[in-house]
Amino acid sequence: MPDSVPDSVPDSEPESVSETATATSTATATASTAKATTGATIELENLTKRYPGSPNPAVDEVNMEIKAGELVIFVGPSGCGKSTTLKMINRLIEPTSGRIRINGEDVTDMDPVKLRRKVGYAIQSSGLFPHMTVAQNIALVPKMVGWSKSKIKSRVEEMLDLVGLDPGEFRGRYPRQLSGGQQQRVGVARALAADPPVLLMDEPFGAVDPITRDHLQDELIRLQHELHKTIVFVTHDFDEAIKLGDRIAVLRERSHIAQFDTPEAILTNPADDFVSGFVGAGAALKRLNLTRVRDVEVRDYPTVTVDDPLQDIFNKLRSGNTNEILLLDKRGRPYKWLRRGDLMRARGSLARAGTLVHDTVTRDATLRDALEAVLTDNAGRVAVTGRRGAYEGVVDMETLMNSVHELLEADRLDAVEHQHELEEQRAEHTHREQEGADTGGEERA
Amino acid sequence: MNFWDYLGNRHQQLLTDAYQHASAVFQCMVVATVLGVIIGIVTYRSDWAGSLATTTTSTILTVPSLAMIGLLIPIVGLGVAPTVIALTLYGLLPIVRNSIVGLRGVDPSLVDAAKGIGMSRVARLFRVELPLAWPPILTGIRVSTQMLMGIAAIAAYASGPGLGNEIFRGIASLGSKNALNQVLAGTLGIIVLALLFDAAYVLIGRLTIPRGIRA
Ligand SMILES: Nc1ncnc2c1ncn2[C@@H]1O[C@H](COP(=O)(O)OP(=O)(O)OP(=O)(O)O)[C@@H](O)[C@H]1O
Ligand SMILES: [Mg+2]
Repeated sequence: MPDSVPDSVPDSEPESVSETATATSTATATASTAKATTGATIELENLTKRYPGSPNPAVDEVNMEIKAGELVIFVGPSGCGKSTTLKMINRLIEPTSGRIRINGEDVTDMDPVKLRRKVGYAIQSSGLFPHMTVAQNIALVPKMVGWSKSKIKSRVEEMLDLVGLDPGEFRGRYPRQLSGGQQQRVGVARALAADPPVLLMDEPFGAVDPITRDHLQDELIRLQHELHKTIVFVTHDFDEAIKLGDRIAVLRERSHIAQFDTPEAILTNPADDFVSGFVGAGAALKRLNLTRVRDVEVRDYPTVTVDDPLQDIFNKLRSGNTNEILLLDKRGRPYKWLRRGDLMRARGSLARAGTLVHDTVTRDATLRDALEAVLTDNAGRVAVTGRRGAYEGVVDMETLMNSVHELLEADRLDAVEHQHELEEQRAEHTHREQEGADTGGEERA
Repeated sequence: MNFWDYLGNRHQQLLTDAYQHASAVFQCMVVATVLGVIIGIVTYRSDWAGSLATTTTSTILTVPSLAMIGLLIPIVGLGVAPTVIALTLYGLLPIVRNSIVGLRGVDPSLVDAAKGIGMSRVARLFRVELPLAWPPILTGIRVSTQMLMGIAAIAAYASGPGLGNEIFRGIASLGSKNALNQVLAGTLGIIVLALLFDAAYVLIGRLTIPRGIRA
């Protein structure tokens, strides 16, 4: 199962072949629009929202700096003000006080309609207009900002390609003729159509089944890899946050920031009980999701191929310092584990000897998947494969354990260092605030 | 004279009446639709304005049509004017109500999405909200038309146009040999017109309701 991770694409469409085709056409498509806008910085300064009739603000003095090209996740319990904060960035909700700056420009008082055309917006229910076709939906923003017909047409194709939908098939469909996952992709395509530097997403994958969600998350990661937009993504699923985020802002009630840091730092060094509560049990296990097989040591293993003469195989088994070798098939793919004595028992027949390899992982698989494979293998190891499933090496329990320990140790060191920085910053901040409060008090007095 | 002979003899007059009847209803419907949808657009966002609009229009509907025309004659005189005014007023209710219901029924997340991608207030109304509210509005227009078909017959009382004249003539000369034929011809004419209009609306629905939201 884990070997299907990097190309775990078979969603509703059984098309691993056209999947790669899409990927290449996407690459060329983005290459052709080399001037695609990359992300902008976002700064929130004392951002506050007070809904009329409620005593406490829903969002209280949020300060945050988001770097250009960063994917930031807002995660927190229901009702903590994630959506309100997000919607203040494109001013779907007008802040009661505070400033919003995008790329340094203060957008708090600009025409909200103009602002929103530069900020992509995708929501949970996909928000596609049911009376318009997929193409019409995607074309909406480019049309509003006055692109030419021909440019819009090619852009629609490009966007559909980008989100992995065949333009010929989907262009003319109505939203109700799409699956939930497909609607979500079109929603993202529409949000990105006019090439905004910033993309806001409010639980975009909240309403699809876990498998499709996983798939959409992979797509978003790939997309972001190509586009480098600044993305603010709201979710209340912490695992989703870890998987997607460059940085995660864990929010508590009134959108107070409990911790704003990389997934690694939050997992290994949660700021307080609230954050650890949110991280949930198994932080170390979750950490495994953040590291790929390619980041750990992959061991060489003695191999033979089915084409080798039997005598060579015998010799190798006898001389080798392991009592097991990996038999590869004609195309160099892992085929069977052979132990000393297996061949004897099978009376020299390769077809009957050894145990079949039923699980492999690629270098893109997460350590968690690798661990899963190692745990289910009765000898505690799994073969790593590369292009076309060809053998590349083996990962076993020991390597995994060592790597994980190293990882966690490194994380801890990073976190401690980081903690110091933060404390210094905070000290400085409180210092300034106290001075500010003093003068404020005098004015009022 | 039996009914068929009567029709044969008087078909010229009947066709003229029917044409005028249809034309009066049609024109009043156009005015009522424009007014009704505008009232709907202006009021649907606010609770009290919406209920005010619906209550007012439904109060109008409770005024007996004969009384309405009777009240209008001293103000605007006899003929076409009281007919048009009365019909338009009566036609408003279903359209206003369905516009409000339709516009309020648009999925809020779609309105949110429309705002979020930078559609202006006007664009939102004309490209998203009205198209999505159109099916119920069209139903309102249809109901209104059926209603006006019958009410228009009363117009004859104010010397207005239409098949009502036929019916009133028949009633006035009850007992004479053509009385029944006249009432019958007027009534059947109205029913036929109503059916024709309804068929037209089905066609209009096919042509104007976007495929993505057609039931
Ligand atoms: N229009 C509104 N009027 C009054 N209060 C509101 C309004 N919208 C949201 N709130 C309140 O503001 C708080 C924050 O709401 P918000 O929608 O931002 O939460 P959230 O973090 O997105 O929650 P969820 O995860 O459930 O979507 C909540 O307590 C909510 O009740
Ligand atoms: Mg929310």
